[in-house]
Amino acid sequence: MDTKFSKVLLFINSLVPLALLSWDAYHKKLGANPYEFVTRTTGMLTLVFLMISLAVTPLRKISGWNFLVKFRRMLGLYAFFYGFLHLMTYIWFDRFFNFKSMAGDIIQRPFIAIGMASFFLLVPLAITSTNGMVKRLGGKRWNRLHKLVYLTAIGGVLHYYMIVKSDTRVPLTFAFVLALLLGYRIYAANQTPKLPVRSPIPPR
Amino acid sequence: MLIKKPDDIKSSEITDKETYLNRRNFMRGAALLATTAATTWLYRELNPPPPVTRPGEKIADIVKPAPAGGFSTDEAKTSFKDITNYNNFYEFSTDKQEVSELAQGFVTKPWSVAVEGLVNKPKVYDLDDLLKLVPQEERIYRLRCVERWSMVIPWVGFSLAELLKRVEPTAQARYVAFETLYDPKQFPGQSGLGTGLDWPYVEGLRLDEAMHPLTILATGLYGEKLPPQDGAPIRLVVPWKYGFKSIKSIVKIKLVEQMPPTAWNLYAPREYGFYSNVNPNVSHPRWSQAKEQRIGEYGLRDTMMFNGYAEQVAQLYQGMDLRVNF
Repeated sequence: MDTKFSKVLLFINSLVPLALLSWDAYHKKLGANPYEFVTRTTGMLTLVFLMISLAVTPLRKISGWNFLVKFRRMLGLYAFFYGFLHLMTYIWFDRFFNFKSMAGDIIQRPFIAIGMASFFLLVPLAITSTNGMVKRLGGKRWNRLHKLVYLTAIGGVLHYYMIVKSDTRVPLTFAFVLALLLGYRIYAANQTPKLPVRSPIPPR
Repeated sequence: MLIKKPDDIKSSEITDKETYLNRRNFMRGAALLATTAATTWLYRELNPPPPVTRPGEKIADIVKPAPAGGFSTDEAKTSFKDITNYNNFYEFSTDKQEVSELAQGFVTKPWSVAVEGLVNKPKVYDLDDLLKLVPQEERIYRLRCVERWSMVIPWVGFSLAELLKRVEPTAQARYVAFETLYDPKQFPGQSGLGTGLDWPYVEGLRLDEAMHPLTILATGLYGEKLPPQDGAPIRLVVPWKYGFKSIKSIVKIKLVEQMPPTAWNLYAPREYGFYSNVNPNVSHPRWSQAKEQRIGEYGLRDTMMFNGYAEQVAQLYQGMDLRVNF
């Protein structure tokens, strides 16, 4: 299977949850509280895509499947995309575009502030995701900038942990996976010799 | 020795370009179908659309509520479907949309409720006795969840006061403690780790709150016997307090002298007080309580003091600082 087609496959599959969510919404199958359901689903998808994109590097190093890096950008952009939808469901269905109440809400509810900050940290990463921007920044600086995604992932999981009332099993599962993914990086950084830094531009 | 030179591939065996491209397109189409089917399956498995359950048994001879005094409301009732498919009932699941399905096999026969403690006539009531104690009344109440959503529910039940009068509380009795059934075989949420709460679920009211005419023991809704996901066969309903005060599937009611422990207060005392009266002016530490989302409606409503029952219940709390006694 060639890379180009694999990317098409990934692109379409990543849209499947959105398509199903829209389908269910159209057929009024989102249950008694559709707003809550959409908010939870988009939030969950954001975390899932963050975890998958953070899994690329450990998987690549462990398995030697270097081609995986070709999919990383799309996975990261999908995390950004679902994060954006999640933020929109909050602005629309939780606040009904009442920006004054949003300001108060951000101050009153720390998990909202943490969620927003985590999302906005992704904005520069999305902007600098093009090949042109990688060249302009230089691989090294680009890599350093994109380490911000670690903060987003930590903030995102914390945000989720803080909203649940008492059943923390799912957020703790995310925390565990994230700890593995970040822990691997710390472990790998302390191993010698270091692997050469690969260009983040996927080879064609 | 003659070595036979292998023949070139016969031209008839070379796939012509068109077939090759067709085959490639076919493979690609198959890959696309297979992967999207797998992703669909995975999404459905992890994030199932909420199930819908069927109606229950009709209750006979229900007395209609008095129009005044908060016993009824002309606000639009929440649909039976939403009331019975969106339930906070951690004994079954912490997922509100999953409770109805998990609760279907719940056994409520036989069922008895022990009424004991500081009373002259303690008694273990069989559920059928409770249903015959006084006529069953309809009460259309607002229900406000601490999580910011609300409903309007046509309950069927009777005043808790009627039951308490019959057991004759003694002069020392100042509070009423309630307890849910403890049965991990029937309540999957009561075993294993993770839900955070201690079981059985316990709740409590001050005696004057328990004796208030608005406080009922509900045995049904929409004229039908209470579905298991809504707290069958008998539950408390205190309409001016956040929903979690209205304890479900009750097996014990005990009159006591000291303020009894309550489940959510034990779990997070800073977040859930003993009183937990609906109060738009006192925020939950993690969210505002000023507004609410009525299930089935678009947009938000203002939350009312004591959930709109201030006229009936405000005098119970005269002179109390409701910020301290939240």
